[in-house]
Amino acid sequence: MELISPTDFAKEKVLAVQEYALLSAHAIANLFRQPRYFADIVQQADFIGFGSLPIVVLTGFFTGAVLALNSASTLQKFGSLTLIAQLVSVGMVTELGPVLTGLMIAGRNSSGMASELGSMVVTEQIDAMRALGTNPIKKLVTPRVVSTVFMLFFLTIISDLLGLFGGAVISHLVYAIDWHQYWTSAWQALAFRDVFTGLVKPLLFGFIVSTIGCYYGLSARGGTQGVGRATTQAVVAASVLILAVDLFATKLLMAILGNR
Amino acid sequence: MAAPPIAIELPVKFSRESASPVIVFENVSIAFEDKPVLDGISFKLAKGETKAIFGVAGSGKSTLLKLALGLIKPDSGSIYVLGEDIVQKSEEELFELRRKVGIVFQESALFDSLTVRENVAFRLLEEGHISESEIERRVREALSFVELENTVDLFPSELSGGMRRRVAIARAIITEPEILLYDSPTAGLDPVTSTTIVELIVKQRDVYKTSSLLVTHRLQDAFTMASHYFDPKTNHMQPLPPAAIPDVPICFLLLRDGKIIFDGSVKDLAESKDEYIREYIS
Ligand SMILES: Nc1ncnc2c1ncn2[C@@H]1O[C@H](COP(=O)(O)OP(=O)(O)OP(=O)(O)O)[C@@H](O)[C@H]1O
Ligand SMILES: [Mg+2]
Repeated sequence: MELISPTDFAKEKVLAVQEYALLSAHAIANLFRQPRYFADIVQQADFIGFGSLPIVVLTGFFTGAVLALNSASTLQKFGSLTLIAQLVSVGMVTELGPVLTGLMIAGRNSSGMASELGSMVVTEQIDAMRALGTNPIKKLVTPRVVSTVFMLFFLTIISDLLGLFGGAVISHLVYAIDWHQYWTSAWQALAFRDVFTGLVKPLLFGFIVSTIGCYYGLSARGGTQGVGRATTQAVVAASVLILAVDLFATKLLMAILGNR
Repeated sequence: MAAPPIAIELPVKFSRESASPVIVFENVSIAFEDKPVLDGISFKLAKGETKAIFGVAGSGKSTLLKLALGLIKPDSGSIYVLGEDIVQKSEEELFELRRKVGIVFQESALFDSLTVRENVAFRLLEEGHISESEIERRVREALSFVELENTVDLFPSELSGGMRRRVAIARAIITEPEILLYDSPTAGLDPVTSTTIVELIVKQRDVYKTSSLLVTHRLQDAFTMASHYFDPKTNHMQPLPPAAIPDVPICFLLLRDGKIIFDGSVKDLAESKDEYIREYIS
């Protein structure tokens, strides 16, 4: 392998960030320009939304269930097992629902977008599209961003609900907590800021998943191997970025909305 | 089939000097990773003319076509297409201009997740305001031009290489562009299929008077184009009598080591004294 100097390496990274920022800006700017590709948006939404439903449902359910199981054993020591519903509900809605759904969609769709667009790059289909007078960012990237943001929002809500349900099942079956009591306290535990935080995050994550997937796809070089590399890098980058942005978004929203 | 002796109305009344240029390269240079590929090349493509571009593999022929469409930008020099300076234009402005230019890529570059119909109709669908029946009619027409009407519902992966090339041609011509760029349309094909494609290019040249740049490895294809005309009555190309050959709007351009070492007519090429050229055409 060829060694590159640290300055070249740094330049390369800065350039990549700049290109990524440009792509994201264009993707958003194209929302306000004709033509708008509604058919492509719907097609992507169907693929991302309904296609991801099974994994989101399963992730939500099992996370909620295991969250209940883990916290129950701690809560039991302090004799406050009734708090279990509140713990599950706040934990799911503010943190685990958005982050895990985001990570799942990153694994499924960042990679999908990177490999699809990457293959189009290496087989000159992107050049062909430009040659035919169509802007590939408008035609390919913008619809993916729009539908991912939109769908991740709803998928997260589904995941939250399934998480609460998973917690309820465990609480009821293992700890014999009353069904009705669980749902009442789960509902009452949620303040406006929890719900707000939990619904802002999927918007950010959806944007990250789609723009990162498209960016790595469009910058794929070097044949099938390059496409494979772009795919893996997209998943890694999107996942790390989701976790990092989650931290900052949480801190920022806390500062704005006040601590619990 | 023998040429009808006298009754040919020459399809091409063409004078290179009077025709205005549709593509102009002025001193264009480009390098990839410090390796110069094109080094200060200048040429003109006249309206209605076909320019056949030759050169060994890697001599920059595909690069030249991509430059002509603004898909890549030169390091220096100017390129004018239909009178517009494309080096200075932004990508957004180029989309407009590219609607008047068709290109057939070396590897066809069909959209592999779209059917043949959607591929060919791509430009019309993008226009957004053309009715479905009109699109269907024009797709059929373009596909019948390349004799592939019965493949509309297939995917590109279900076609042979030669069929893909022809679909790519149909996709390029559907909006009747003023300029066509063909990148090695006959490479790696059997003689029968490549003759079909040569015939299509001649038809486009003689019937629609399209200006074109044609990259090819097969000298013999270019010679066929230089010595035949398209007869709409028989729907085939016919050989021209020797006296008419100089009037055919075709010329040759030979690239070597990033420079143009020849740019002229068939006759000039045949009479060239340059050793490399002699070797190339022999
Ligand atoms: N995107 C690119 N990045 C780096 N180098 C490139 C790129 N495109 C072309 N080249 C280089 O430019 C040179 C010319 O390439 P080009 O594809 O124009 O050749 P060509 O004349 O079309 O060859 P062929 O007859 O095999 O199709 C080659 O040496 C190639 O390595
Ligand atoms: Mg080439």
